[in-house]
Parts: sequence; structure tokens; C-alpha cells
Amino acid sequence: MKLQRRRAPLLALALLVLSAAALLFGLGIGSTGFQSVLAARHDPIALQIVWDIRLPRTLGAWLAGGLLGLSGAVAQGLFRNPLADPYLLGSASGAALGVAVALLLFGASPSTTQWVVRLGLTGAAFVGAVVAVLLTLALARGVQQTLRLLLAGVIVGVVLGAVKDLITIQSADILVALTGFMLGSTGLVGWSACALMAIFGAGCLLLGWALAPVLDGLALGESTAASLGLPLGAMRAALVAVLALATGAAVAQTGLIAFVGLAAPHLVRSVVKTTHAWLLVLSTLMGGLLLMTADLGARWLIAPQELPVGVLTAVLGGSYLLWLMHRRSLRGGR
Amino acid sequence: MTTRATPALQAEGVHATLGQTVVLHGIDLALPAGRWSAIVGPNGAGKSTLLRVMAGLLPHEGAVRLFGQSLQRLPGRARAQRLAWLGQGGAGEGSADDLLVYDVAMLGRLPHQRWLAAPSPADHAAVERALRSTQAWDWRERPLGQLSGGERQRVLLARALAVEAEVLLMDEPLANLDPPHQADWMHTVRALVADGRTVVSVLHELSMALAADTVAVMAEGRLLHHGEAADASTHRALEHVFDDRVAIHRVADQWIALPR
Repeated sequence: MKLQRRRAPLLALALLVLSAAALLFGLGIGSTGFQSVLAARHDPIALQIVWDIRLPRTLGAWLAGGLLGLSGAVAQGLFRNPLADPYLLGSASGAALGVAVALLLFGASPSTTQWVVRLGLTGAAFVGAVVAVLLTLALARGVQQTLRLLLAGVIVGVVLGAVKDLITIQSADILVALTGFMLGSTGLVGWSACALMAIFGAGCLLLGWALAPVLDGLALGESTAASLGLPLGAMRAALVAVLALATGAAVAQTGLIAFVGLAAPHLVRSVVKTTHAWLLVLSTLMGGLLLMTADLGARWLIAPQELPVGVLTAVLGGSYLLWLMHRRSLRGGR
Repeated sequence: MTTRATPALQAEGVHATLGQTVVLHGIDLALPAGRWSAIVGPNGAGKSTLLRVMAGLLPHEGAVRLFGQSLQRLPGRARAQRLAWLGQGGAGEGSADDLLVYDVAMLGRLPHQRWLAAPSPADHAAVERALRSTQAWDWRERPLGQLSGGERQRVLLARALAVEAEVLLMDEPLANLDPPHQADWMHTVRALVADGRTVVSVLHELSMALAADTVAVMAEGRLLHHGEAADASTHRALEHVFDDRVAIHRVADQWIALPR
């Protein structure tokens, strides 16, 4: 009887252990292989490779995935729609437009290591994502009407996407750089990016966790949630803020990574039925593990070449959703 | 009815609009404390809207008082502790499928809990009482999505009961319930009323509504009549509002409505 209730902490533990294992693998993947890890004690170059390149990007993949998993779970709860994803409120197009504008201004590529330019691009992506969400909120005249919010998100996404296309047509030389961003990559994540994502992640998770009972209430319907005496307007606004900030922080550092935010909460729900408080925590851990594993795959599959991790998550996530749909239709047919 | 001084819920000159349509035209209704009142009327009479207004869930003109206090001025939490609500049509069209039955019932305790505080032993006791009274205790570890429509309805009723509020408002609570569980629902309501609580329900089953203490008859956004369920004037109002297509009879010590 009590099994369901024990599953949530067990799953959390399993996800943490698997993440730690994947992190160890991540340290060993690269042109110099696992030898760098073994040599790190006495070889300063090997240490630098492991400590300054492999560790932050592997950890960064986990953090970005966690942010996306968290915002996916918040989005699905907030919109009461299992197909909702973190980019629903236009943040993806906003971030892409931000990067396009920044590229136009700086005239540089996102693979540059010059920190001023890096900061400019990351900042532009973050600001773009958040401004897009604010625009969506303004169009929807607040957070009260979910359907209107969804429609406004779609409209903002399309319009900002069109503006971005206009910019790229005007100066085609930023196209390659922008495509790199759109595909998503963890290749340039360093320690400062990790720290930023960790801070945003911790803050968003804490706020989301504190607001999780609202999501439980909303699952029972708008009027039931209101009848519980919850200040729905303020809490919804706070949840939208969590959604926008978590998505923005992830997108700014790793570009547009598909499907992690959609798939992580689904995977969690297929294993354990629980409250949103647990769902948010577990989706964060699941998203982290998903993206970290996908990142390992992207680095390892065609080594020494690298696949853009966003391509891999799109393929894997798409196949997973297809399988999910297939399984559901089989069940429905019975 | 005249012996009770302050009504549990009182609507005064309530107007409400949904979109561009005026749905309630100046309703004055005083629902007695410690009794079970049923609201009946044809489709589109505004019954559910009135119930939502009286639950403080819908903007409106006019005043609604809970034991003499203005509902609008009552803080949300205080209102939620004293006024429980069971809505129509089940739980959010499937979005609650992944919640466990126990966790759903525990949501009813939210108005009594401090923010972020773990449920107290009193909360757990209230949830157990509520789930047992609707015979849903055995499913407490099952997700809502695995239950049938009627079973779900009993869990949602338990959620509303778990609030242990003075006043319980229910919008078509008998939807999806089979006759034995409709009878169980009536016993639950009778027990609540015997305990001094006030129950207000919008009902489609006229015979069930006639088992209530008082009946409010509505049509086209207006209150036509409010009186004791046993009164002949109430029966006349009921027959009239349904175009005399129903007749009310006394059978085996109960009032029942039969199609004419």
C-alpha cells in the first residue's frame, strides 16, 4: 500500500547516483580519453583539461537539463497540459532574437571565447527570453486566463521568429553562428556559467517547490483552487517567473535544447505518481540526467567530432514521445 | 426557519454577468444555518452561477454574507476555512490523474495549514475521517486516474469534507454516482447537518432535492421561491417551473417527483 509513497525518494536517490556515474564518464570523454583523469594528479595540462573543460561542461549540461526539467514540470502544471514545454511562452524565439541582435551588434560568433562577447551573447539570450515572456503576459493581459496565455505565447513566438529571420536575411554572415545557438550546445559552458545556472536553479527550484501546492490545487480545477483560499493571481505570476527565469538561464548558456523540458516530467510521472512538490524536484533531477547523458552521447558517438546536443535530444525525445503515443493508443484501443 | 437568527449564507440583490450575458437578476436569498438547502431549476436557470457567487468564486454586484459577515471583506484563507466547495464535473479534465487519492483529500486541509508546514496529526485524522465517510479510504494510495467516474466523485467529495468547514457548497454532487452511493451521499449530508453544519447543493434529481430541508426554485436568473421542502407552496413552485411536466407525490414517507 505504501509503495507509491516510497517511490519518490527512491527515484530521487537513483537519479542522483546515475548522475554521479554519468559525471564520472563525462570526465573521461574527450580527445585525450580517460588518461587525462588518471594523469590529472601530476600533469598540470591533464588537470586543466579535466578541471577547466570537461568537468564544467558536463556539470553545465546537468544544470541546464535540470533547469529545463524544472520549467517543463512547472509549465505542465500551470497550463494543466501534459504537452506544455518550457518554450511555450515565447522564450525560445525571444532568446534566438536576442542572440541574433547581439551577433549583429558584435559581429562575432557564439564560439568565441572572448569573455565580453560571451557575456553579451548570453545576456542577450537571457534578456530576449525574459522579454518574450513579458510580451506574452502583456498580450494575454496577465496570467489569469490560461488559454489566452497559450495563444499569446504562440503569437509572440511566431512574430519574434519572423523578426529574427528578417535580421538573418539582412546579414547572412551571422546565420552559421545563429544556427549553432539554435541547435544547442554545452561546449562553451565554463565555471562561471555553471555558477550562474546553479544559483538560478536553486532559487527557481526553491520558489517552485514552495508554490507546488498551488499546482496540486489547480489540477483539481480553477474554482477548487480558488476555494482553498489561495491567492491564485500572485502565485501564478510567481510560477510564470520561475518558468521564465529557469528557461532563460538554461537557454542563455546552452542554446535551444529540445524535448528535455517536455520529456523529463513525463518520464518521472511514468515511474511515480506524486504531488507537484516531488514532481518538480524529480523533474529537475531527471532533466539533469537526461541532458548530461545526451551530452555524453553527443561527444562520444562520432568522436573526435561532436554532434550538437540539441540534435540528439530532439531525436531521442521525439522517438520517446512517439513511443509514448503508440503505447497510449494501444491502451486506448483495448 | 424563523427560529434561526443569522442565516449561514445570505445573498442580497446579487447580479452576475458571464461575458455579455446577465445570468443573475437581483437574487435575495437567505439560507438557514444548520440545515440542508437544495437549489433547483431548469437548465440555464443560473443555479451554478448563484452557488459560485455564494462561494466567493465569481465577481458580482450586490452583497453575500457568511454568518452576517461580508464575504468580499473576508480574507481568502478565513473564507476557505469556513466555506468548503465541491465543483461540478470532476477534477480538471484529467490533469489531476497523477495525484494520489490521499494527497487529493489532503488538499482540503490547505486552508488550515501554515504555508510550507507539514500536515499535522489533526490534518491526517481529518483526511482519514473524510475518506472513510465516502468509502474511499481503501484507494488512498491509488492515483486518481485509475478510478471510475463515480469513485472519483467520492474522492472529490472527501476532499471537500476534509476542510471540515461550517458551510459546504456542492454543485451537482450526485453526478456519476450510482443509486446506493447517492443514498450514501444523503446520509453523509444528514450527518453533517446533525453535526450543526450547513449544506447547500445544486441538484438535478428533484426527488433528492425534496429530501432536503429547504428548496430554492430558480428560473432564468431569478429566484422564484424558497421554502420548506415539505410545503405545498414549494411543490407548486417546482411543478410550475418545470411547466407542469412533473408531479410531486408522497410515496413511502418521501416526496418524489414523477414525470407527467
